[in-house]
Amino acid sequence: MGLLKALLAAGALALAIGVSGTTSAFAVRTDLVLGVTLEPPHLDPTAGAAAAIDEVLYANVFEGLTRIGPDGEVLPDLAESWTISDDGKVYIFKLHSGVKFHDGTDFDASDVKFSLDRARATNSVNAQKQLFAAIDTVEIVDPATVKITLKHPQGAFLYNMGWGDAVMVAPESAATNKQRPIGTGPFKFQNWAKGSSITLVKSDHYWGDPVFLDKVQFRIIPDPAAAVPAMLSGDVQAFPFFPPDAVSQLQDDPNLQVEVGSTEGETILAMNNKKKPLDDLKVRQAISYALDRQAIIEGASGGLGVPIGSHMSPSSKAYLDLTGEYPHDVAKAKELLKEAGMPDGFKATLKLPPPDYARLGGEIVASQLRDVGIDLEIIPMEWAQWLDQVFTKKDYDLTIVSHTEPNDIDIYSRRDYYFNYQNPEFNKGINELNLTADETRRDELLEKAQKILADDAVVGFLFELPKVGVWNKHLQGFWKNAPIQANDLTKVKWTD
Amino acid sequence: MIAYPARRIAIAIVTLVLASIVVFTMLEIVPGDPARIMLGMNASAEQVAQLRHQMGLDAPLLLRYLHWTGGLLKLDFGQSYTYSVPVIDLVAERMAVSLPLALIALALSTIIAIPVGLYSASRRGGTGDTIAMGTAQLGVAVPNFWFALLLIYLFAVWLHWVPAGGFPGWDAGIGLALKSLALPALALALPQAAILARVARSALIEVLSEDYIRTARAKGIPRRAVLWRHALRNAMIPVLTIMGLQFAFLLAGTIIIENVFYLPGLGRLVFQAINQRDLIVVKSVVMLLVAIVIVVNLLVDLSYALVDPRLRGRP
Repeated sequence: MGLLKALLAAGALALAIGVSGTTSAFAVRTDLVLGVTLEPPHLDPTAGAAAAIDEVLYANVFEGLTRIGPDGEVLPDLAESWTISDDGKVYIFKLHSGVKFHDGTDFDASDVKFSLDRARATNSVNAQKQLFAAIDTVEIVDPATVKITLKHPQGAFLYNMGWGDAVMVAPESAATNKQRPIGTGPFKFQNWAKGSSITLVKSDHYWGDPVFLDKVQFRIIPDPAAAVPAMLSGDVQAFPFFPPDAVSQLQDDPNLQVEVGSTEGETILAMNNKKKPLDDLKVRQAISYALDRQAIIEGASGGLGVPIGSHMSPSSKAYLDLTGEYPHDVAKAKELLKEAGMPDGFKATLKLPPPDYARLGGEIVASQLRDVGIDLEIIPMEWAQWLDQVFTKKDYDLTIVSHTEPNDIDIYSRRDYYFNYQNPEFNKGINELNLTADETRRDELLEKAQKILADDAVVGFLFELPKVGVWNKHLQGFWKNAPIQANDLTKVKWTD
Repeated sequence: MIAYPARRIAIAIVTLVLASIVVFTMLEIVPGDPARIMLGMNASAEQVAQLRHQMGLDAPLLLRYLHWTGGLLKLDFGQSYTYSVPVIDLVAERMAVSLPLALIALALSTIIAIPVGLYSASRRGGTGDTIAMGTAQLGVAVPNFWFALLLIYLFAVWLHWVPAGGFPGWDAGIGLALKSLALPALALALPQAAILARVARSALIEVLSEDYIRTARAKGIPRRAVLWRHALRNAMIPVLTIMGLQFAFLLAGTIIIENVFYLPGLGRLVFQAINQRDLIVVKSVVMLLVAIVIVVNLLVDLSYALVDPRLRGRP
């Protein structure tokens, strides 16, 4: 009797395993575990600069009037259409109707006014407050129409409204978004296990195209040494921003797909343009000639990344290839140093923040500059120190950093920026750019600006950071490039 | 009778006050502004000042020190700058991982180390002793993160017995939670076990050469009984001292293992807080750890007095 029971039980068990095995093989998966290297400090994209915030929430939980698409293009989002007045100063946005926040409250024109007024208020702690600087007034025409008047025409206004820092929030939940984000997006926030993971689930009443995934867990894995086995074991199925120098260990796995694209991260050897002898154009040019970009890419970024000759992403439509302006030429560099009155070179410091591109790249840059007689003392720093000493107090000679904000060539026109660079002609071009909406003219102005920066050898332009994405080969819909730092999951799905 | 404990307690309090001053001052000196870190490179100086004001960072130094220590006395550890939640909540969450992990690792290392130590001491100079101590030497020398990676590739990537890392939380079930702590505990335990086994062995060898052991053997007590009943008990004092130190290390010093297994432990909390200049978290957690170490030491000191009557009369 006992034996029979046991046999029956075993049979039932085998059947159960068989059945469940079959169902899971046929049903398409709707869950995803996605790896990210940095934990967001909080979950409000309108109150912090950390890219990690957008990497979780942009397009997934929060939406703006417009949004940035996979190739950096501006797409309609909560605004289904808009008109622009002839003088370029008045924008009228028509909003989608029937949009609800995740807490059930309605989204309408009053939320737009609230969000934009909050972002540009005196006590605003929006990290990209300059995006809203041109706005003069925001008026509610009717619940589905908003009129925004600018102080002056602004070419990039629609693009600016697509940033993560410009997403729409509700007055009821804005204060608590840091811990419990409430947006209008296709996914709603479920849980944040601090130090470990953030979980989003599909929102029940989304206004737009339905998404394919029911549940997404963002798992925080800071160490590349841990990210590799996590991907190999299948615990994590996608890692859209994978550390470039560790990806070679995953390339041979037949279950994984590795895709290398571009970012908006211009990696530069920044120079203090006011500090002797770097205030001398010839010295800066000598440094530019001394750099061998390909060798730097090999060592600092696992051979991935595109050389740049000015401050513009090669994937940008206005990109001008200026890498030929200062080819790697040691003799020329030495000659320029001699002309500058320093035939024996000089000593300087190179302060390096923590990312690998800086620490590894710094070693190579130092050795390349040693070849022309410039002796660099390498000083490694953590981010907090770097922001304080180099960025804020401008107490540095040279440093390596990647400027990851999109379309940020205007930083060279900022007064008191850490490059200590000022060129009235460049500033004039940037001012005109800000006021120009015409695409052809904008491209002309951008090209001119790139040329000026290269001519002035303001900094040593190194390479564009690659975006290295890894995911299970049955997954599709991830972005190849990163025009902004985001993990847009609205199109991601499992296929068989 | 009263003098010794009273003196010990007074010393502990003075140490705590001094530690709070040192911790506070050191973090004031460290360069870096939490507001700038939160707002990044595109924010203007006025905005950074605005956020500093909202976080209360522009108050005078002494006022902030008194505010902080006053809070500590009421067990109010303050509010994290970056997470904007009470520090005590963050610590409690992390302790739910770090404390069980430390205890499991300590238990594992003891279970491994004591028998090995006993065996080696009783067969001093023999082949078994040589092999055991050679292995222990290797255990001390091999970095634990490397060992951890070997474990991950073997048990997670190849055999799929356990996850490669992460912690599902205790709500996910005790089984799942323990499963995810298994490899990190093992990776932490083995190097500690290697150290402990060597300490246990040398302590036992010393005790075994004492006269009372010879007397016990001469009385005809079997070798094994002498080892367990007489030698081990007396050799436990150095072993326990080392275990106490190891526990403090396992609780907060496991940052590397936490990184390799991406566990949300106390070490990573402090590390992340230092990077983001979430100084209130750093200050409060460091003070909490200082307090734990001081209290443990105090208890040990007081227990000496209980064990050793000679200490009681002493001031």
